[in-house]
Amino acid sequence: MITFTGVSKRYPGGTVAVDQLDLEVPAARTTVLVGPSGCGKTTTLRMINRMVEHTEGHIAIDGQDIRARDPVALRRSIGYVIQQAGLFPHRTVQHNIATVPFLVGTTRRAALRRSAELMELVGLAPELAQRYPQQLSGGQQQRVGVARALAADPPILLMDEPFSAVDPVVRKSLQEELLRLQRELRKTIVFVTHDIDEAVRIGDAIAVFRPGGRLAQFDHPEHLLAEPVDEFVEAFLGYDRGVRRLSFFPASELQLRRAAIVDADHPAGAALGQARSKDEPWLLAVDSREHPLGWIHADTLANTAATTPVGELDLVRYGHVFTVSTDSLRAALDAAMLSPASRAVGVDRTGRVLGVVRQTDLSAAIWDAGGNGAAGTRAHG
Amino acid sequence: MATVLRERVPMGEDPLIRWDWVWNNLDDPILALLLEHLHLSLVPLLLGLGIALPVGIVCARWQRVYPWALTTVNILYAVPSIALFFLLLPYTSFSLWTAIIPLTIYSLVILLPNVTDGLRQVPDHVRQAAVAMGFGPIRRLVQVELPVATPAVIAGLRVAAVATISMVSVASLVGLGGLGQLILSWGFDRQFATPIVVGTVLSVALAFAVDGLLVLTQRWLTPWTRMAAPRRGPRIGGGDRWR
Repeated sequence: MITFTGVSKRYPGGTVAVDQLDLEVPAARTTVLVGPSGCGKTTTLRMINRMVEHTEGHIAIDGQDIRARDPVALRRSIGYVIQQAGLFPHRTVQHNIATVPFLVGTTRRAALRRSAELMELVGLAPELAQRYPQQLSGGQQQRVGVARALAADPPILLMDEPFSAVDPVVRKSLQEELLRLQRELRKTIVFVTHDIDEAVRIGDAIAVFRPGGRLAQFDHPEHLLAEPVDEFVEAFLGYDRGVRRLSFFPASELQLRRAAIVDADHPAGAALGQARSKDEPWLLAVDSREHPLGWIHADTLANTAATTPVGELDLVRYGHVFTVSTDSLRAALDAAMLSPASRAVGVDRTGRVLGVVRQTDLSAAIWDAGGNGAAGTRAHG
Repeated sequence: MATVLRERVPMGEDPLIRWDWVWNNLDDPILALLLEHLHLSLVPLLLGLGIALPVGIVCARWQRVYPWALTTVNILYAVPSIALFFLLLPYTSFSLWTAIIPLTIYSLVILLPNVTDGLRQVPDHVRQAAVAMGFGPIRRLVQVELPVATPAVIAGLRVAAVATISMVSVASLVGLGGLGQLILSWGFDRQFATPIVVGTVLSVALAFAVDGLLVLTQRWLTPWTRMAAPRRGPRIGGGDRWR
């Protein structure tokens, strides 16, 4: 646990970077510091390993004041991932990763063995070990940066906008990789970003800073999205925070309609009867493996010879599906919004259709989600 | 030496190069003066580097020092070399130092900015990463900043080496100057073309050779600078340019 008590950073010119910060960063969790530029989030991060010295208050790691520790020794015990990776251009990937083990006097063999382990952990191919950083892609460089920070197995990992210099696709995969690593390693991670989406995706707790270095709100991401403390936080979260918050509610709680599913080899007449009796104007045709083929409307069925199999009719594209067990309400809502039938198709992990959801069903689920703010287990996607 | 004095013939009536003279004088004075030339260029270069490194480190660290240091070196550079050689004569007489001291100062004009800029160009994120990893200031300098600045330093050394080798000859005015003596006292004073040609060719060849050695040194010291394309293992030759 990292504890800030009344911490301020005042520069000699009178500029205040951080103002009276009280914050408890929980151990073994990911805490995200987020805010507009100049809000003191990076300064706060750098005060933890004394790259920036605070001018007031106390910072303690597991109860011990960081001022009592030698800064160089302190930094070697804390992993640090910097924007643009900050890799040493004159050292190969394996030597970059082994930087801290070499610094603390680990033998060459042990350091390089550790380097190889970490390359595997962060998903870097072994043949990259002998390369120099400029021979790697931006995403690979960031992976090396993360591996280097983890080399001495520090309990704390500081990450300063580590993914901001890579393109959105790579950024998303690095974020997912970080979530996977964190499930495995359980480090105390302090992560700085200006991207609220990134904060919501990876944070167990989020600290929103306002300009002038003041902490505006410190909360669980889902709670933060539900109840911003003031207009600044609300504006910073953006006006789609309601939709964003749906990513915290699992799609598995939705009522799936099975009555709207019809086999492709069913005759049109029977399908029309099903549509009318179940009051489902849109039916989803599925193949023999229960994979979706497309939508068919009752009016189309009514205008077709009753014996024609549904599969031979002109089906409407079903758009993208959501995976019931792992996706969130947000993914289901998105699928429904983009569907020509205004209905989302829910599938299992193998792609088999489990049922469909109408936009009106989703509205009810969203209403429920809004009703009990604290509920909701974490779902990704 | 004695043979030459008798063979003095006005320039223009002789062929541009007389190989028999070259052959008869190969050891002395040609080789002796070549070695002196080498000595007079390498010592100032090494001294220049020895001064430029610490001063450059100071200039990169405390930015306000740099304009002062650079101005001082530039003013010294502005003093005509001939004047500087004669000004030093009362103190160093005809010892090699009379040539070495001015040449060292001139090499500084090139080396000091290169060392300083090389260190300043170490990317900020690399420097900060080094601090965050727990490098102390000395270790950071030796293990990160100087290695990253090495290409810039060697680039400066190459320019300084060629400039110094060509400038050594001027010191022949005070009786030093290695191959410059071949040109001035053996050739020009006696109106004899061959030593002038030999002195010039050897001086240029020496510059080429030293430059080539520096290129090889850089390849050996900074293999990473040749690794832009994703490719495995070190490669020598291949697509490398002789710059």
